[in-house]
Amino acid sequence: MTSTNSYDLSLPVKGRCFVTAGQAASKIKRTLETFNLPPKLVRCAAICAYEAEMNIVTHACRGQVGLRVTEKAIRIVAEDEGPGIQDVDLAMKEGYSTASQEIREMGFGAGMGLPNIKRCADELIIDTYPNKGTRVEIIIHLQTNGG
Amino acid sequence: MLLNELIQIPELKFTVKAGHEQLDRAIEGAYASDLLSHVMARAREGNIWVTIQAHQNIVAVATLLNLAGIVIAGGIEPQADTLHKAEEEGVPIISTPLPAFQVIGRLYALGIGAEADHGQTELAQS
Repeated sequence: MTSTNSYDLSLPVKGRCFVTAGQAASKIKRTLETFNLPPKLVRCAAICAYEAEMNIVTHACRGQVGLRVTEKAIRIVAEDEGPGIQDVDLAMKEGYSTASQEIREMGFGAGMGLPNIKRCADELIIDTYPNKGTRVEIIIHLQTNGG
Repeated sequence: MLLNELIQIPELKFTVKAGHEQLDRAIEGAYASDLLSHVMARAREGNIWVTIQAHQNIVAVATLLNLAGIVIAGGIEPQADTLHKAEEEGVPIISTPLPAFQVIGRLYALGIGAEADHGQTELAQS
């Protein structure tokens, strides 16, 4: 890949569908594994993609997860049509979750999604609009992390 | 230790339910939790994961983290779609009638996971 090249992928995510949940993140991980990147960064990107995808599945009606790989960074963008995040600061706190009891019993909704992403990402940008949706942009630098 | 050595230890009462072809994997440590995000944050590649979750999303977690396999404890039977997905993805699923606490204790006594570092720092302090 040259500096002007980039690889793009966009994957739809169904809200409330636990049958297809995780497929977008798996596809992103498999794709990244073909780029000969440091395994540690692939792991980070896989965690980010999974948590972003599961946020769409557990909270939104529908959405998509996009991947862009350039020479400099892995960029994952998750966009959804959903309720939005009422209080982003609270959502960033480990253990805080608005997921239903049913979803928690499946082991989701531990209130660790966004904190997990923050821990793995170099940059995290959240734009959220009440009753419209949320856009989460995650950037993992390739050049400062030698893996 | 390899997975296929582990499943032969009688006191673990392990039964392989899926991923028979992947039992030559080496087990490098273990992790236990029923919260999927805890597993995503802290389990490491090559770990064996002990849980009582039996739905198909556990397979995605194991695949994303390159886990050695999943042990479903407490006599809980994995759902059919979980086994189907595990076969597709090549993830060993093992069930045992032992409660999770006993499985974890016995694995630990075998030296599995005793030296694990499950700290949360992902990217180097950059």
